[in-house]
Amino acid sequence: MGAGHSHRLYRHGHSPVHALPPHTKLAAVLAFVIVVVSTPREAMWAFAAYAVLLGAVAYAARVPAGFLLKRLLIEVPFVAFAVLLPFVAEGERVDALGLSLSVNGLWGAWNVLAKGTLGVAASVLLAATTELRELLHGLQRLRLPPLLVQIASFMVRYGDVITDEMRRMRIARESRGFEARGIRHWGVLAKSAGALFIRSYERGERVHLAMVSRGYTGVMPVIDEVAASRAQWSYALALPCAALVVCLLGWTL
Amino acid sequence: MDPVSTASLEVSSLAFAYPDGHQALFGVDFTIGRGERVALLGPNGAGKTTLVLHLNGILTGGAGTVRVAGLEVGRRNMAEIRRRVGIVFQDPDDQLFMPTVREDVAFGPAAAGLKGAELEARVDRALERVGMAEFKDRPPHHLSFGQRRRVAVATVLAMEPEILVLDEPSSNLDPASRRELADILRSLDVTVLMVTHDLPYALELCPRSLVLSDGVIAADGPTGELLADDALMRAHRLELPYGFDPRSVPAPPARG
Repeated sequence: MGAGHSHRLYRHGHSPVHALPPHTKLAAVLAFVIVVVSTPREAMWAFAAYAVLLGAVAYAARVPAGFLLKRLLIEVPFVAFAVLLPFVAEGERVDALGLSLSVNGLWGAWNVLAKGTLGVAASVLLAATTELRELLHGLQRLRLPPLLVQIASFMVRYGDVITDEMRRMRIARESRGFEARGIRHWGVLAKSAGALFIRSYERGERVHLAMVSRGYTGVMPVIDEVAASRAQWSYALALPCAALVVCLLGWTL
Repeated sequence: MDPVSTASLEVSSLAFAYPDGHQALFGVDFTIGRGERVALLGPNGAGKTTLVLHLNGILTGGAGTVRVAGLEVGRRNMAEIRRRVGIVFQDPDDQLFMPTVREDVAFGPAAAGLKGAELEARVDRALERVGMAEFKDRPPHHLSFGQRRRVAVATVLAMEPEILVLDEPSSNLDPASRRELADILRSLDVTVLMVTHDLPYALELCPRSLVLSDGVIAADGPTGELLADDALMRAHRLELPYGFDPRSVPAPPARG
């Protein structure tokens, strides 16, 4: 979105990574994640190499480490799952720190942790260097079904409007002395949610009317022609290509 | 010149009933000449919105015809009709559905096939005409209500319409935004049909008014005369704000 009103994951900047066309970045991240996932979990040095690659991208994008690490926290629930694995998995066991751990589970935990972290880090970097609506242009360019892109872009546009409506309804409820204190009040909340749904549905109809009035026939007109040069493609794909080399080495060594 | 060829909008014996049987229009006739600014007045439920939705063929299937600059509204020329009739809806949040102001203003012309530099120039010109050029890359949600209303006008101007149809343009505007919008509308060189029950606003902007009541045109004449006709006003539930006397207000300034 525009200056000063970006989504929270985006970090405004003018780095070479910011300047890449969105669809090249999307393709690069997707390819990178696929390569990482298909690396054998025993090749621990390969994951370190991937981390170094991402570090290089973050450096080129001028995204500070603190910013990146803070946003990695979203991964925590998955980490909890990974930590459980060594305790519950079957098979050969080892003793460490007085605990009996499954070898298979340890490898599994490492696998989830390493691949998950790398994937999330790559996505965070993508989100930090690409604006939301640019991402949508990129998806459109990558031939994602246009209906899905339209739905996503309406979510971006109307998310705030609907949150606002929700806030007004809450204020109206509270102004009349309502406080959600327990299960007895859930009925009121459910009715509010229903009313919000109907209001949003009606807004949808009015928006559709406005779109049809301006010549909408089912496909969004192309406003921005996002084209990528060969150099930009090769720049973006340098990341997954380097990762692929590491991956192949991981399989052969 | 032949008056038929210069009319922006001709509506003749238009009647319409909704599928549930409720009849909203009972034979509406009027003509708006090119460059005229006309107010369509009427109480709630008079059929104003139904009439507006006929002008660009959203609603069809009733009796009678609508012609825009000589072209009849019908299935065959719908794309051209929608380019020629620019409707500005009441809630700008419904009208502005794209993530940024620029993309929203570009939507209409892009749907009509405009591209590249030509499209960009069209967007810039439309935003300049409403004084919103510096807000081009902002998301609509972060503009004030008055600014959003002005952008909504720009989205329609970008299509270079034959006639601009405004649904309650002054609703929810503070007095300053209201005046700014009036200045903008006065400066535009297009035919305007303004649907409103803001009678002072109609008097300020539109030399001529139509009164739509119970699905027919009940009166058609100079706005000042209609508003001064107490019997007519009472008969159609039109009320002036407290203390407002249309006879004491100078005639609206000529188009300039």
